[in-house]
Amino acid sequence: MIAQQLLNGLFLGAVYALFAVGYTLVFGVLDILNLAHAAIFTAAAFAAFSLASMGVPIPLALLAAAVMAGIMGILLDRVAFAPLRARNAGTLVPLISSIGVAIVIGAVLRGIYGVDERHFAIGGAAAAPVIHLGTVRFTTVELLIFLSAIALMLVLGWILRATALGRSIRAVAEDRVAAALLGVDLERTIGATFFIASSLGGAAGVLTGLEYNSATIDMGGPIELKGLAVIILGGMGSVTGAVAGGFILGAVETLAIAFGLSAWRDAILFGVMFLLLVARPTGLFGKRTLRAA
Amino acid sequence: MALLEVDGLKAGYGRIEVLHGISLRLEPHALCAIVGANGAGKTTLLMTLSRLVPIRAGHVRFDGRDVTRVRPHQLVRAGLVHVPEGRRMLAQMSVEENLLVAAAAQPSAATAAHIRELYERFPILGTRRSLPAGSLSGGEQQMLAIARALVARPKALLLDEPSMGLAPKLVEQIFEIIAAERARGTSILLVEQNARKALALADYAYVLERGAIALEGKGVDLLGRDEIVAAYLGVTPATS
Ligand SMILES: Nc1ncnc2c1ncn2[C@@H]1O[C@H](COP(=O)(O)OP(=O)(O)OP(=O)(O)O)[C@@H](O)[C@H]1O
Ligand SMILES: [Mg+2]
Repeated sequence: MIAQQLLNGLFLGAVYALFAVGYTLVFGVLDILNLAHAAIFTAAAFAAFSLASMGVPIPLALLAAAVMAGIMGILLDRVAFAPLRARNAGTLVPLISSIGVAIVIGAVLRGIYGVDERHFAIGGAAAAPVIHLGTVRFTTVELLIFLSAIALMLVLGWILRATALGRSIRAVAEDRVAAALLGVDLERTIGATFFIASSLGGAAGVLTGLEYNSATIDMGGPIELKGLAVIILGGMGSVTGAVAGGFILGAVETLAIAFGLSAWRDAILFGVMFLLLVARPTGLFGKRTLRAA
Repeated sequence: MALLEVDGLKAGYGRIEVLHGISLRLEPHALCAIVGANGAGKTTLLMTLSRLVPIRAGHVRFDGRDVTRVRPHQLVRAGLVHVPEGRRMLAQMSVEENLLVAAAAQPSAATAAHIRELYERFPILGTRRSLPAGSLSGGEQQMLAIARALVARPKALLLDEPSMGLAPKLVEQIFEIIAAERARGTSILLVEQNARKALALADYAYVLERGAIALEGKGVDLLGRDEIVAAYLGVTPATS
């Protein structure tokens, strides 16, 4: 029973982590919270749904939706953040303009899809073949969701650690002025950061849609709040922290359910977060305190 | 023709104008010093030349081209590289990564060999290459800050107080590095607190006072006028 819940927590946590790494990456580089991250998450889920309903295989739909989400991220930066950055507008104003973009994305989705829930024809995670492994069971789709999330985070880790782009992103995150003086093209690097962050957020949206076999206009709401909790818990701007935070969140949630406290789930979650932050105000892996929210 | 030519440069922060029309020139292969009291605007001048503070008025020409409207990374590519005040290490990244960030920003790919060359010139950096830059001593950090700038093979270096906070022996070493770089033909615009040293080394010098050039001339000429050294630079004459 506990083993099963921990496994569920792991599956759930992987998707939370995937959402949160994109969220925290943008914060790390720009010191701003991108409150349109959840809207892109939702848009990608719908895009994948549309593609799947046109007969595109799910993995391909996931990829295409992630790329689309990445492009949305670049546009988001151009529209909501770049003009403010050019004027040194601080960190609070961009917060508002990203909410504006989130509202626009939501309205467009409502215009295209209406307010009804969408389902994937394949029937989602629960309907897939079940794998039994000792005392635990999970479905093939659950496993694929988990593996996709892990694979994407490993790719991100590799990009950040071992590529020139990754080094530029870390350089800009650490000291934008120093990076610029070394010849790093700030605008291009920030654009690439938005592409990566948003495509990961979009992939998390598609995987969440698959998990519950539904895409809804308001599916971004809960994860936006949880994502925020995760990146604060992990330490603002820390990708490792976001991954750890995602898994902690998944485990706390499923364990709360296991102990019959599912009504208390969020209270327990935020209680745990509160205690951790009292002990470590910068979060688990963070070096700075929250400045932007 | 001057390598760097600045004409009537104005810049500032928010509503405050800090630079009130600066004109100066840096000749090829020359070392030019900028001295002035705290808050005179020396750092602002260099940051404006690197476009991290926007230009409000005036013109800048570099290497025969008008660069008034370019973006910071384009200046680095053009060969105008700035070593900032306080060194600004990418402290969490390794020494090597600091160099690689600079290398990646260069269009040419022959950088691995170039970085090896820099390790030969600065052996201490070679031995520290996988350590976080933040763990280096002040002198080593300044060396890395300069080495990082040299990755771009600059035609001109802007150095902002490279000796700040260093022990006398290290100051000596940094000045040797600067002299060596100049001997290789790199033009240098040097901002220094240590005015005597800077003036002694400089072909030409500017005294900056409250955002304007108060005085200029050959380095040795300015140095010879003790009353100027005392008045503008806040150091008592005939020491050091
Ligand atoms: N980021 C900033 N925002 C607002 N004002 C600034 C900023 N940086 C510098 N100033 C102001 O601009 C003026 C010039 O400062 P600057 O740092 O350029 O002087 P400096 O000559 O480099 O001084 P120091 O010798 O102390 O390095 C000062 O009055 C300073 O307070
Ligand atoms: Mg200064």
